[in-house]
Amino acid sequence: MKHLILLFCMLAAPVWAVEPSEILDDPVLEARARELSQGLRCPVCQNESIDESHAPVAQELRVVLRERLVAGDTDAQVIDYMVFRYGEYVLLRPNVRGANLILWLAAPLMLLLALGVGWATIRRKSDGATPLSAEEEEALAEILKK
Amino acid sequence: MITELGHFALILAFGIAIVQMVIPMIGAHRNNPGWMGVAEPAAIAQFLLVAFAFGALTWAFVTSDFSLNLVYANSHTDKPMIYKISGVWGNHEGSMLLWLLILTLFGASAAVFGDNLPARLRARVLAVQGSIGVAFFAFILFTSNPFLRLAVPPLNGRDLNPLLQDPGLAFHPPFLYLGYVGLSMAFSFAVAALIEGKVDAAWARWVRPWTLAAWVFLTLGIALGSWWAYYELGWGGFWFWDPVENASFMPWLIAAALLHSAIVVEKREALKSWTVLLAILAFGFSLLGTFIVRSGVLTSVHAFANDPERGVLILIILAVFLGGALTLFAVRANALESKGVFGTVSRESALVLNNVLLAVSCFVVFLGTIWPLVAEMLFGRTLSVGPPFFEAAFTPFMVALAVVLPIGSILAWKRGNLSRATKPILPWLVLAVALGALAYAVQTERSALGPIGVILGVWVVGGAIADLWLRSGRGGFAARLGRITRLPRADWGKACAHMGLGVTVFGIAAMMAWEVEDIRVAEIGDRWDVGQFAFTLDDVRQVEGPNYTTTMATLGIWRGDRQIGALNPEKRFYPVAKMPTTEADIRNGILRDIYVVIGDPQATGGYAVRVYVKPFANWIWGGALLMALGGFVSLSDRRLRIGAAAAKPKQAVPAE
Repeated sequence: MKHLILLFCMLAAPVWAVEPSEILDDPVLEARARELSQGLRCPVCQNESIDESHAPVAQELRVVLRERLVAGDTDAQVIDYMVFRYGEYVLLRPNVRGANLILWLAAPLMLLLALGVGWATIRRKSDGATPLSAEEEEALAEILKK
Repeated sequence: MITELGHFALILAFGIAIVQMVIPMIGAHRNNPGWMGVAEPAAIAQFLLVAFAFGALTWAFVTSDFSLNLVYANSHTDKPMIYKISGVWGNHEGSMLLWLLILTLFGASAAVFGDNLPARLRARVLAVQGSIGVAFFAFILFTSNPFLRLAVPPLNGRDLNPLLQDPGLAFHPPFLYLGYVGLSMAFSFAVAALIEGKVDAAWARWVRPWTLAAWVFLTLGIALGSWWAYYELGWGGFWFWDPVENASFMPWLIAAALLHSAIVVEKREALKSWTVLLAILAFGFSLLGTFIVRSGVLTSVHAFANDPERGVLILIILAVFLGGALTLFAVRANALESKGVFGTVSRESALVLNNVLLAVSCFVVFLGTIWPLVAEMLFGRTLSVGPPFFEAAFTPFMVALAVVLPIGSILAWKRGNLSRATKPILPWLVLAVALGALAYAVQTERSALGPIGVILGVWVVGGAIADLWLRSGRGGFAARLGRITRLPRADWGKACAHMGLGVTVFGIAAMMAWEVEDIRVAEIGDRWDVGQFAFTLDDVRQVEGPNYTTTMATLGIWRGDRQIGALNPEKRFYPVAKMPTTEADIRNGILRDIYVVIGDPQATGGYAVRVYVKPFANWIWGGALLMALGGFVSLSDRRLRIGAAAAKPKQAVPAE
């Protein structure tokens, strides 16, 4: 029952993510920090962002992230810094580089392919549904009159 | 003794499943009624035996028989009775037994209620169902036997996890399994049809109730899990795109597509081979879900290595059934000739589009779920695919689905007219856009998410109402109202389920867009504003619970000078399990939930307090309930009621 163990881990400690003491005074900067930390994965948790996680390492990352922001980094610089320090693993939104192109392009490509197949099916089906000929129209009118 | 009998019953059922797999299949091939007739008693006997085994295991849990390894590992004498019972399936072995119980239950009901099925089709369906049984009996008996004894029974069990003692979690797995395993019937029908080489309207009519029932249970199971996460995890998230969640969501998407394409087969005898393929895939994704959850391969690559035997066996089962069925499909699909023709603009085309969107969105979820595994194995990259990816890649499909749904659902069969179809729903579009614009004007955020949710929600719900109204024909208001109440249940089910989707879409967008969050250190007596409300921290005290101690806070909720309520969030500590838990307190409302969590005392004095105002949160699950209700209503339609379809020929009165 591994997913229960997983749940257990998620629940075991008090669920308490961002501590009041971590919050920056500047509300604009803090909003950016929250936004960014929601896209970064806690390295020791199962599928939790550092914004949600209570783990000490997540708290450390939150503090580091805020330090970088206060130091004047742009969002992209902060992300790069985090990836440099903790690896690609921390990105909850996988980057669009190398093999990840397959992941990102799969949805639009599959959709186009499926729409193409669907369209072909519809066209093939509609071949038989030609409008009635003039004779048939007459015959139909005859029947309807009765 | 009862335990041994249960174990024996399980082994006996395994034997019967083998018989059920082989004899009726040969019988159907040779057209031998005696051999085909083996299927029904075998299916019923199998169910009774598994039910007995399940009862025996439940008995062991209820009486806390710690000589059973499973009971020792997963129960405790101090557990409340209901959680002793839910403990039966709250672990790997027991949950597989529950899976088998439901599988054989479906097989037995097909045997009992399948009188109106052609004998050969029924024999083949039950044989395929038997073969699924064989695979899972082997799995449970050889790798996950719940009936293993301990040589020296301990005095008490090991598990008293307070967090898993929760009604939401206790009843979440049975619903999910009813859904997963219910799709096995669609699979069996599909494979039987491929062997027969025949799919017709009658086939679709038999497949649909099973799929519909499975889909309803999946909907309820997923909603229950999401609701549990919302109130228990402490920050009010409702969906995390976790592999385990995706595992249940993928079969739901495919089952939804199957439901719709089966209608085309039933009414128009078109899209046959596609429907058969969907039936195979739906169960394939159920098996895949089982594999993901049971092997733990996606939560951690290393978890798989800890227990390779089980994971590999499920993978083999998956490969044999999915691979076998798909091979059969490749060979035989050409035999399924579709008859119905339809115009480019028609209900059929709209349902093709529905299927395209649902199937591709499922594929996107699938790819995102397995991508970390693929990337690590093929490219040596350790990466994560989280909510931001799914939100970006999956949401457009649901938006597109919601946009086309109201138009597609009122297009005429065979050949429709787009401008004529859109006329009656045009007022709803105007209303939807107007309300969306209003929402945009009123909201303080500059995001389009909330207004788009409003537009889509009103549009889908309004479209469903317009659809019902259209079905009432012509004439005066009263006459139409009278006729609307006498519409077939299937029409009501359709409208209800579509409305449910609209409500859920709106709820998700509204909650994500307009949630207000406040985190602060508050001392007793403090008062602060969150959104349109004010909160006061009135009291924090220590309370002794039955098996825990708790720090309980009292927060007052104010609107202006008037107190409208109080909440009591807790932080509990369970000494037996040495575990702290956070109990959020939620004031549920139709328009909003107020969600309060109390945290640790701070070094500087005061307590950390989190307050969320979550607008329209309950609409998410309300919509899911409406969808499930729609499914049930549709299921009760006379047309689908099993055994009611065929009118019995009148008995000739013998001449005197």
